[in-house]
Amino acid sequence: MATPDTGVLLDARGITKQFGGVLALADVAFSIRRGEIYGLIGPNGAGKTSLFNVLTGIYPADGGEFVFDGQSLSGLKPNDVAARGIARTFQNIRLFANLSALENVMIGRHVRTRAGVFGAIVRDRRTRDEEAAIEKRAYELLAFVGVHRRANDLAKHLAYGDQRRLEIARALATDPKLLALDEPAAGMNATETAGLRGLLDQIRQTGVTILLIEHDMRLVMSVCDRVLVLDYGRKLAEGPAAEIQRNEKVIAAYLGGGITLETRRRA
Amino acid sequence: MQLALPIAKVRHPALAFVGIALLAVALTALPFALASIGTAWVRITNLAILYCFLALGLNIVVGFAGLLDLGYIAFYGVGAYVYALLASPHFGLHLPFWIILPLGALVACIFGVLLGAPTLKLRGDYLAIVTLGFGEIIRIFLNNLSRPFNLTNGPQGITLIDPFRIDGYSFGKVHSLGPLTFSTPINYYYFLLVVLLAVVALNLRLQNSRIGRAWEAIREDEIAARAMGINTRNMKLLAFAMGASFGGIAGGMFSAMQQFISPESFVLVESIMVLAMVVLGGMGNVFGVIVGALLLSFVPEILRYTVGPVQNALFGRTLIDPEVIRMLLFGLALVLMMLFRPAGVLPSAVRKRELETRPAQAATGGRS
Repeated sequence: MATPDTGVLLDARGITKQFGGVLALADVAFSIRRGEIYGLIGPNGAGKTSLFNVLTGIYPADGGEFVFDGQSLSGLKPNDVAARGIARTFQNIRLFANLSALENVMIGRHVRTRAGVFGAIVRDRRTRDEEAAIEKRAYELLAFVGVHRRANDLAKHLAYGDQRRLEIARALATDPKLLALDEPAAGMNATETAGLRGLLDQIRQTGVTILLIEHDMRLVMSVCDRVLVLDYGRKLAEGPAAEIQRNEKVIAAYLGGGITLETRRRA
Repeated sequence: MQLALPIAKVRHPALAFVGIALLAVALTALPFALASIGTAWVRITNLAILYCFLALGLNIVVGFAGLLDLGYIAFYGVGAYVYALLASPHFGLHLPFWIILPLGALVACIFGVLLGAPTLKLRGDYLAIVTLGFGEIIRIFLNNLSRPFNLTNGPQGITLIDPFRIDGYSFGKVHSLGPLTFSTPINYYYFLLVVLLAVVALNLRLQNSRIGRAWEAIREDEIAARAMGINTRNMKLLAFAMGASFGGIAGGMFSAMQQFISPESFVLVESIMVLAMVVLGGMGNVFGVIVGALLLSFVPEILRYTVGPVQNALFGRTLIDPEVIRMLLFGLALVLMMLFRPAGVLPSAVRKRELETRPAQAATGGRS
């Protein structure tokens, strides 16, 4: 184990994941520092979402481990990972479609609240206080992402951009240390993307570290401190956004070319 | 937010109060009115209230948590047999009901967890098949556990089960209070009514709580629910356990009221009937489920007493066997109901919205 660095929030070591004969992630290692926005890019099928799913416990890793906040995440279930402080959104929005926007965010508070069956039935002072606090916090978060005017509308009736924002609010409701966003700008127009950039900056200012999968290069390059590039499940490059932009291997992976063909043949 | 009871939403509190008072008077007077038509109707009402318990219990599993359970009647059977074994000459045990009813709920609850644990990863059709099998296994056990050790007395069932007794006041005997006669079914009616009110309050509170929201989240999207930190395993087991407990309590009361039970009371058709009550009334809506249970309990009985006389009045003789036409009409009513009110008589707000907007949802690529 390397020297414990208090500046590192998430350390990924040799993450490997196989689906049948397909190697989705091969020995991927990186580390995310506290307070930064860390970009994760790569062509389609590079393994970005697989990495998210392994990180959040939806799939078990076939090799390697994540060390989050000084503790290993190996073998944890998704709900345990959320309790440790990693919240995520999904590439194809997964809201509780038939519940109101407010209820969606209130469900996000589940992991940080305690009321059980007894409290629910007896509705004692503590439970009532907790319910009030849940609702208040949910409203605050809706206002924070700017969907508070639609608080009582069903999640599925919200505009697409608002659904993306609501999903972020729901994730923030779990009080995460690391917020993992899977293509939040997908399907957004330029204005909405600009708004999202502002929101990401605001979230960073509240002290939450962000891991961002994104295809919108302008967004990634303008908002991310450092970027990890995956290609065919392997780490292609890692570094500050400006460096990645000039990296020849990355350019080749995205635009094609002789080097890429060579790489692919080997893979 | 719908944290408060729906009653509290009424604009005129005075009117609501008068309404509740009138309802209370009506419910108090009901058994005597029914007894004047025939004691059988009080008995039918009592059974209808028992079905309300069952439907409310199943609603937790199916309506709140979205887990399709086709073997629910097994828990009713477990509760009934726990009561019967501990308060009958079968083993010579005669424990008081206030000990056995909670015990029956506890045993049913354990069976609920036993059913829940291996089915945690199943949903929809697959879960339905496993629960169906579970219900049948329990019934077959009840039928065959007379050898080598006579636990359930097999298909003959258990007879001479003790009625409820509170401090010398036996529910099984007729009591007089001034001009009023409290017959056995009337005694049970009041007991059932009080328990029903408690169960309804309990369900409403559960629904609008952290637990209720977690169940709804699981019903809507299990993967998202887990990613939000909800322990889906525990929450599903809790839903099964709570639902089963309600079934167990209902079973105990059934035992005491009937004073005789046999495995025949706990067949698959009963499970399906209770599920039909939940679906027809309005899945997820506590009041809808009660309406569904009352409708499906009373309509067949009303038909039983009217189909014959109506035929005689119209044609002068009985053309079709009333028993046949009764179930035919009943089935037809169910089909028509589902065609014209697919979300149920009193749909839950959420289900209603779900059905209304399905095409729009499909268009936006939402998950159903």
